[in-house]
Amino acid sequence: MSAPLASRLHRPTLTIGIALFAISLITWHDASTMQIRASYGMGADAASYFVAAFLAVLGAGHILAAFRWASEPGQSDWQAVGWVSLGLISLIGALWFQIGFIPGSTLLFAFTARAFGRRALIVDLILGFVLATGIFLLFNKLLTLALPMGPLERLL
Amino acid sequence: MDSLIHLMHGFGTALDPMNLAFAAIGVILGTTVGVLPGIGPALTVALLLPITFKLDPGGSLIMFAGIYYGGMYGGSTTAILLNTPGESASVVTALEGNQMARRGRGGPALATAAIGSFVAALIATAGLAFFAPILVKVAVKFGPWDYFGLMLIAFVTVSATFGSSPLRGLTSLGIGLWLGLIGIDQLTGQTRLSFGVPNLLDGVEVTTLAVGLFALGEALFVASRHLFNDEKPIAIKGSIWMSREDWKRSWKPWLRGTAVGFPIGALPAGGAEIPTFLSYTMERKLAEKPEEFGKGAIEGVAGPEAANNASAAGTLVPLLTLGLPTSATAAVMLAGFQQYNLQPGPLLFVQHPALVWGLVASLFIANVMLLVLNLPLVGLWVRFLKIPLPWLYAGILVFACMGTIAANPSVVELMMLVGFGFVGFLMRRYDYPIAPVVVGLILGPLADSQLRRALQMSLGDPMILLQHPGSATMIAVATLALIAPFLFKGLAKFRQDED
Repeated sequence: MSAPLASRLHRPTLTIGIALFAISLITWHDASTMQIRASYGMGADAASYFVAAFLAVLGAGHILAAFRWASEPGQSDWQAVGWVSLGLISLIGALWFQIGFIPGSTLLFAFTARAFGRRALIVDLILGFVLATGIFLLFNKLLTLALPMGPLERLL
Repeated sequence: MDSLIHLMHGFGTALDPMNLAFAAIGVILGTTVGVLPGIGPALTVALLLPITFKLDPGGSLIMFAGIYYGGMYGGSTTAILLNTPGESASVVTALEGNQMARRGRGGPALATAAIGSFVAALIATAGLAFFAPILVKVAVKFGPWDYFGLMLIAFVTVSATFGSSPLRGLTSLGIGLWLGLIGIDQLTGQTRLSFGVPNLLDGVEVTTLAVGLFALGEALFVASRHLFNDEKPIAIKGSIWMSREDWKRSWKPWLRGTAVGFPIGALPAGGAEIPTFLSYTMERKLAEKPEEFGKGAIEGVAGPEAANNASAAGTLVPLLTLGLPTSATAAVMLAGFQQYNLQPGPLLFVQHPALVWGLVASLFIANVMLLVLNLPLVGLWVRFLKIPLPWLYAGILVFACMGTIAANPSVVELMMLVGFGFVGFLMRRYDYPIAPVVVGLILGPLADSQLRRALQMSLGDPMILLQHPGSATMIAVATLALIAPFLFKGLAKFRQDED
């Protein structure tokens, strides 16, 4: 992820700088296409132009900073990040395909526990299922919040 | 005397059984999260936002304030017994507190922290009740230009004091301001940056952003760093009560800590860290036995603990009277007000006096509850340190996602939450502060509309901002605060972490 210190350019900082410029351009373009104009004073586009300019200045600042020495972030365990991501994607998928809240949350729980170093996947799946079902019953029935339903939830 | 009468009415509200229950839940939750390392009050309030929006506003806000106070108490327990501060405001407490625990004086350390927190919060909450109405009287006369100046100060100080460099702080703020643009403009109906996505027309939900950045971002970061080492808390040996000498050495640091913490907490972006560090250095200089510092001096626990609790009450002054959040938790609490369509500020005191004064009164009650929870029951909280962290974080993630989709049942909202989670993770990884993003999203649109209102009244003449002495002063202060860190590198040291 991060460039070796030997190379003069600090790559993450440079990337953030470029990203800021990109957002700035999008914002500027969006502001320039606005139709509604204020009769006097400032219109809705003024704030957009201001933020676009502000982000551009920050982007320039980052690109300048990329030439100077910057502290390296510590080592990251990408496998752990991957497991949490997989859990979150499972929940999104479960809602997208209308499988329901409980199965999605069960997977999220088990995969996150895995990311934090647990190895007993079956136990965590069961625990996650119990927790998700408990949350579903508590919030859907008791607090009448509408959690997404799948085939399983309709049975409850 | 006005505030006394209001406060009496407030106690009437706060003593309502429902509200007492909310306060109790708040302080218990707050103490729990304060005890658990890495989980701060900002995260907890953010997690609770989506599931409380159907509850009674008064009760929920009382609960949030209880969490805030409880977090400040609970953090000291972890700092003393584990040397891992539960939140950044108790980093200093760990210095002397953990040394005391290692020398078998964990009990008195916990006691001076709890009683000091109690004394400080009591005085500081009284200060809040006294100063808030005065500030409200000034603030009612504020025009849009004054509010705009005030928000500029908030922007600059929040981004300058959080994080490791002004560039990073301002970048976080910029992201927040940018997110604030998204959606339909309130004054003209113009859509900004919605790219044809219907979910974006209403703008970015503050709760989704806060939960994503604080809860998901934190969980991803902790997972990536393996920050979940098992450390055994030091067992409390001997009496938990303080000796006569402990009392003698503690009471002055308590009062001094309060005197430092309350006003600094009330300053924009003063937060809780600066007063705790100031209090620590002060006690070290004033101590009769300075050689004990570093080896478990009780003054080094008493002062900073009082300071961090006093600053929590101090933070509520600008939050309630001006709608200005000066800490991460305050920013999330502001989002809590907004989900009930309540805008903290002088008008809140006029329109919802029962709610505001009920909140203030319940802080006194929460404080008494916290003293009971933290002194005789401290052993109970230590057991929370034994929950396996994998399950804890897994539970937090399930709860965070559940809250967001319950408030806003759509997959797009969940995807935004996850997206913000990764942004929060990357910001932590590259050392960008989180709080300015939330502050930018909340205050950005407000600053925009205040400025436009001001310009409408002046028929488009921007000089109106400089013609009013109030706004001119505030804009000058904001400009100074923006430029100063670049001119004097030494000031950059005066930074703080987020809670």
